[in-house]
Amino acid sequence: MAAPVLRWCCPARRWILANIDRGPRHGRGAPTGSRSSGKRGQSSVAQQPLVTAQKPRKGEHQWAAVVGLEIHAQISSNSKLFSGSQVHFAAPPNSLVSFFDASLPGTLPVLNRRCVEAAVMTGLALNCHINKKSLFDRKHYFYADLPAGYQITQQRLPIAVKGSLAYSVCVGKKRSQVINKTVRIKQIQLEQDSGKSLHDDLRSQTLIDLNRAGVGLLEVVLEPDMSCGEEAATAVRELQLILQALGTSQANMAEGQLRVDANISVHRPGEPLGVRTEVKNLNSARFLAKAIDYEIQRQIEELENGGEILNETRSFDYKLGCTVPMRDKEGKQDYRFIPEPNLPPLLLYDSASLPAGADPQQVINIDQLREQLPELPSVTREKLVQQYGMLPEHSLTLLNEVGLLEFFQNVMKETRAEPKKVTSWVLNTFLGFLKQQNLAVSESPVTPSALAELLNLLDQKAISSAAAKKVFEELWRSGGKTPAQIVSEKRLELMQDQEALEQLCQATMEEHPQVVMDLKKGNPRAINKLIGLVRKATLSRADPTMIKEMLEKQLSS
Amino acid sequence: MWARAGRRVLRAPRGGCRGFASRAGSPGKAGGGGVSAGREAGRAAPETGRIAREVVEHLERLALVDFGGPEAVARLERAVAFADRLRAVDTDGVQPLESVLEDRCLYLRSDNVVEGNCAEELLQNSHRVVEEYFVAPPGNISLPKLDEQEPFSQS
Repeated sequence: MAAPVLRWCCPARRWILANIDRGPRHGRGAPTGSRSSGKRGQSSVAQQPLVTAQKPRKGEHQWAAVVGLEIHAQISSNSKLFSGSQVHFAAPPNSLVSFFDASLPGTLPVLNRRCVEAAVMTGLALNCHINKKSLFDRKHYFYADLPAGYQITQQRLPIAVKGSLAYSVCVGKKRSQVINKTVRIKQIQLEQDSGKSLHDDLRSQTLIDLNRAGVGLLEVVLEPDMSCGEEAATAVRELQLILQALGTSQANMAEGQLRVDANISVHRPGEPLGVRTEVKNLNSARFLAKAIDYEIQRQIEELENGGEILNETRSFDYKLGCTVPMRDKEGKQDYRFIPEPNLPPLLLYDSASLPAGADPQQVINIDQLREQLPELPSVTREKLVQQYGMLPEHSLTLLNEVGLLEFFQNVMKETRAEPKKVTSWVLNTFLGFLKQQNLAVSESPVTPSALAELLNLLDQKAISSAAAKKVFEELWRSGGKTPAQIVSEKRLELMQDQEALEQLCQATMEEHPQVVMDLKKGNPRAINKLIGLVRKATLSRADPTMIKEMLEKQLSS
Repeated sequence: MWARAGRRVLRAPRGGCRGFASRAGSPGKAGGGGVSAGREAGRAAPETGRIAREVVEHLERLALVDFGGPEAVARLERAVAFADRLRAVDTDGVQPLESVLEDRCLYLRSDNVVEGNCAEELLQNSHRVVEEYFVAPPGNISLPKLDEQEPFSQS
């Protein structure tokens, strides 16, 4: 395994060995007798960015974590992978089930073309090598939601291998430094989903709904190139964006269209990799990073206390916020893989190898799919940076927040203001308000047109910056009024009358001769005081820069 | 049911047979199906061709097959010995045959909804039904250990 050993974790996070309340249990079972410092603080893993090292490393009391992911994404298609029943999220139980899905005898799998195209497109977007020949296998295990007793998957020869996924983490105090990372993709394979079990503990039974059984899944296996929860979460988010841009999966974790299992181990740098555990049931974007970090901490603690890590499967308990061993796992699973006898190998072609006179419905041309690939998120971000001159981290935020990019583009369409201004307003003010009230972009009370109008007013210098903020607040609260209405209601217009302003400046200077004297003596801060006084006199309806200009003109004359 | 399982052992490539074979793991032919085989190879007694008790137990759990007695185990051992004769064939440099369908074209279906909506029919097959859900026990029921085992069949 070529996982880099000195992979330091996400910057700005500290691998604190033990929680405060677990104090005294921290025994010093130092593994291979060496410089035991005895101080808890030294057993932390420095997670500094590779770019800047802050504190010097403390020798052997460091841990490196290794995280690999297996991501299952439900393919966005009308019908299932091997049968013609519908794929739909909410439907009456067992209403979207064909005889094949219920594994009734005498039924056979028939491969869905759309699912193959989805797999190829995803493979191409992730820089994978597409296997022109791939095979289907059966993976056997018993569970009530798997009626056939096996799952059809691609274990031996999957459809795509050896790709890469690039993602960016934001580091630094204000998360303004962008570090680009890559995680290798081991393979992408097509497989069937299982049905859904609803556990009824009260009556000691499980209710089975097979609507989901047989739906096509893309399993994307990421190599263990990540070293902490944040990296994993960011990589998953990027994969989500790519899948959504391609249209191959809606990748909505809340609806179970994207499921993540993590393989986690820890080791000391320089030593071989540790025993890994598999954490399943990571189905929430919010808890993904937390769960992985918890497991890493747990393993470090366990090892530091002289224990050992079992190669087991654990589940994340959202309520307790910790990983727990999964019951129902008796020893290592033996899946008894066999080739799927009912399916010949899947052959794909490119423009060079396409057989002449072939039925276009029956062949898949990789080159054609490559040409038809839609714009990927990384390209969209690059375009934003080029077109609007925004910083990379801004483009990251714009794409990360659902609906924000569209909002931004709609504002840009209707406003004359500078892109930088728009970016700043959307990312700081607008997003800030959303986050404060925990709203999605779609639930925003302020429409793109309203914000565009407000920015136009600001651009025309009809109102000051401070006034604009007030108008925005009012827009957020009231919703119905337009910015122009609010400005006139609250009398927030900037003073346009130059003469009146000049008179005010003059008057203020006459009223405060000491300040003027201070200024003439060369005290630079005196001008600010003057500006403040004039502003007060104008009831904050004058632009400070204009005031400053006017004052300076009058002083020099 | 036993007969069918036996045939499967013979027909299944690499994975099934090599589990109990005397020579563990011929080089270069390990396909992906060898996951279980690799593990099994270590367990079965190589020389005598006898199948160990733990292996029988393991098989019973994996396939939910009830061996039912020493005659069945003996039958399995004979079947494995019979299949072992395949090793007499020199397959160096020959691509394994994974499927007799390998020359066939894999038919690609267009993505239309043509089936489903037969909940009532499907639920008729189930012994117990609750509000259009199939009813199953709360989890997998572990098999008792080999000593305590009664004839337990799950069809």
